[in-house]
Amino acid sequence: MDLGPYLLLASLEGAVAAAVLALTAVGLSLVFGVMRVVNVAHGEFFMLGAVLAWWFASLVAGHPAFGFVLALICAPLIAAVIAAAADYFVLKRLNYDPEATIVATIGLLYIIQQTVLMTYGPDARPVEAPFNARIYLPWFGYSTYKFFVIGAAIVLLIGVWIMLTKTRIGLVLRASQLDSEMALAFGIKVDQVYAMVFGLGAGLAAMAAVLVVPIQQAHYLMGGDPLLLSFIVVIIGGLGSIAGTVVAAILIGMSDGIISVFFSPTLAKIIATLLVAFVLIFRPTGLFGKRSI
Amino acid sequence: MPIIKKPSRLVTRRSALKGLAVGTGAVAAAGTLPGFVRYSQAQSSEPIRIGFQVHRTGIGAAYGRWYDRTTQAATKAINDAGGINGRPVEIIAEDDGTDPKRGAEVVEKFASQHNCDLAFGTLFSHVVFGSAPRAGELKIPYFVVSEGHHVASGKLNRYTLQPGITDVKSQVQAMAPFVSDNLGKKVTMIYPDFAFGHDHRDYFSAALEQQGGEVIAKIAIPPTESSFTKYFPKIPRDTEVIYHVMVGPAVLTFVKEMGEFYGPNKPEIFGFIDSLEAVDMASPGLEFLEGSYFWEGNPRYAQKDQSTYDKDYRAAVGVDDNGASVSDPKDVSTYSHMFGCWETLYTIKDGMEAAGYKGPEDRTKLIEAVESITDIPHSAEHPQGAKIFNGKTHQVFGHQYISKVKDGKLELAHTTSIEDTLYDDEVDYTTQPF
Repeated sequence: MDLGPYLLLASLEGAVAAAVLALTAVGLSLVFGVMRVVNVAHGEFFMLGAVLAWWFASLVAGHPAFGFVLALICAPLIAAVIAAAADYFVLKRLNYDPEATIVATIGLLYIIQQTVLMTYGPDARPVEAPFNARIYLPWFGYSTYKFFVIGAAIVLLIGVWIMLTKTRIGLVLRASQLDSEMALAFGIKVDQVYAMVFGLGAGLAAMAAVLVVPIQQAHYLMGGDPLLLSFIVVIIGGLGSIAGTVVAAILIGMSDGIISVFFSPTLAKIIATLLVAFVLIFRPTGLFGKRSI
Repeated sequence: MPIIKKPSRLVTRRSALKGLAVGTGAVAAAGTLPGFVRYSQAQSSEPIRIGFQVHRTGIGAAYGRWYDRTTQAATKAINDAGGINGRPVEIIAEDDGTDPKRGAEVVEKFASQHNCDLAFGTLFSHVVFGSAPRAGELKIPYFVVSEGHHVASGKLNRYTLQPGITDVKSQVQAMAPFVSDNLGKKVTMIYPDFAFGHDHRDYFSAALEQQGGEVIAKIAIPPTESSFTKYFPKIPRDTEVIYHVMVGPAVLTFVKEMGEFYGPNKPEIFGFIDSLEAVDMASPGLEFLEGSYFWEGNPRYAQKDQSTYDKDYRAAVGVDDNGASVSDPKDVSTYSHMFGCWETLYTIKDGMEAAGYKGPEDRTKLIEAVESITDIPHSAEHPQGAKIFNGKTHQVFGHQYISKVKDGKLELAHTTSIEDTLYDDEVDYTTQPF
């Protein structure tokens, strides 16, 4: 294939990866930024979103779009409720101690993964895309659904940004992030904010998974890669910085797409990990992170 | 004269009635238990314990589920017919998580904890590689159903045998003439980047060259990959045939994305059904494969000229004419591989009967007995077809099937001879000491 179309395909693939990654990583970053909790179970909420999407899609007969829309609304909600409950029953009891919450979320990871294995089973199951027209380019074909994924992710990210900067909820979130004790003194119910943030983070991961599941399949082990990549993105972008996370997601997603196409996917992973190492050495707070007080 | 009071030997009426009642009860119970009476003639009615290493979780889980069903069905059939040497067979299943480290632990558990007579059942080649050395050290016979070339390559040991399923080298080699005669000479191969995929790469390239064809590109894909579009630009434009063999949970994505990439202007496609074992041919995206060809170990869809052996085997395992579970048409079997469990258990039975197997002290006799097996006729015990076992390489050879996708079903297009699958011995395990 000629260089031009080759590069186009690589960029498209990279953009899809970046879109999904940005959504997932913003969830992780939000949780860390506000709660200072490193959520190791984040990938499992992603997986939960995909598995629930399959379940909702299989409930609805008729055109696949109905099931998909139902999944897009309900799967993130359920994942969010489970996460909020985990926050209330587990993380809160640990007083959000950083070390303890890491161990607790590792436990959560296994609980979710094994519960899905016991109920949903070990198979990879497909979800039909709501629409599946194929664009005919002179050099190769491409699924229109993948463009939808990119668009949907952009819309959702803008939504998150508006919520954080323009709404009262966002104000409360930012207040809790800056100084949780002061926020408490001003009458903000910080526990509720924390439960909401943990739910929101999980919901975003689940949403990303619902978007991606017509491309991939729902499988109980699918949470590993998004977790690793989200961590890479969040570390490069700066823990807790939403803008940094989005920029880093685009950087990692696009470079992964392009390097995978031109060289090998393994090299793409090596470079991403190397980038993390350099960021940690030369700019430990990440590209956009501020020095913590 | 002292009076010695003898203990009363008289049977009271009460105890007699009691004894009689228990006795008749036991006889009646024994009569109603299937197979109970038949074992009573054997010297020992202790069950023969077969450790079943099964992929219940991990990437091999779908295979594991069907290996389990087939094994249970074969065990039931063997036990209903009187067991092995008059002893019942008991299956002790342990999950290996499709993980080599866990696999070795499972073999160890069979040998030392469960007191199994032998270990059996593994599919994934990396698990076999991880477990076989331990089986050799523990001196427990290890019957694998893996189709990897590792047994016949000589890399394993005298305790590891593969009598129920053919290996990749012979399968692949037998495909090359069909591909080059009917589909095309310029082939691009897409395969997973581990031992199983490398076997395909090496043996198919060599076999195709012998036929005057050429593999023009070799695309290795990491086994954990979940998205494939980025690999397709590497397929050269002058490719006449795409040869694909993928495993793991992402195979549907692979086919779907290939369909999106090529659309209707696709080259000929030849795949190993491993890509779509346990996957419904009616899944969304698979319509792209219409008209393409697949290797099958055993035809998934009941064919017009289906043998009665296949029919009975299908019924025993609970598989319908479309290759799916009779209880759930969406639960598709791994039909091209699972017959290996059925056939291996019957080979173990034959071996144990020929060796007069009594217990773990006869393990070496069992291996020698299996090594001396040569011709295996097409039969109810071997429903996939006739086979030739090579005792030196511990590997069986048999017919291979090539099917075409027609109306979303697989229709048998070609059956290879056993001779097409033979190759020179690479090892003689019988010269190795026990």
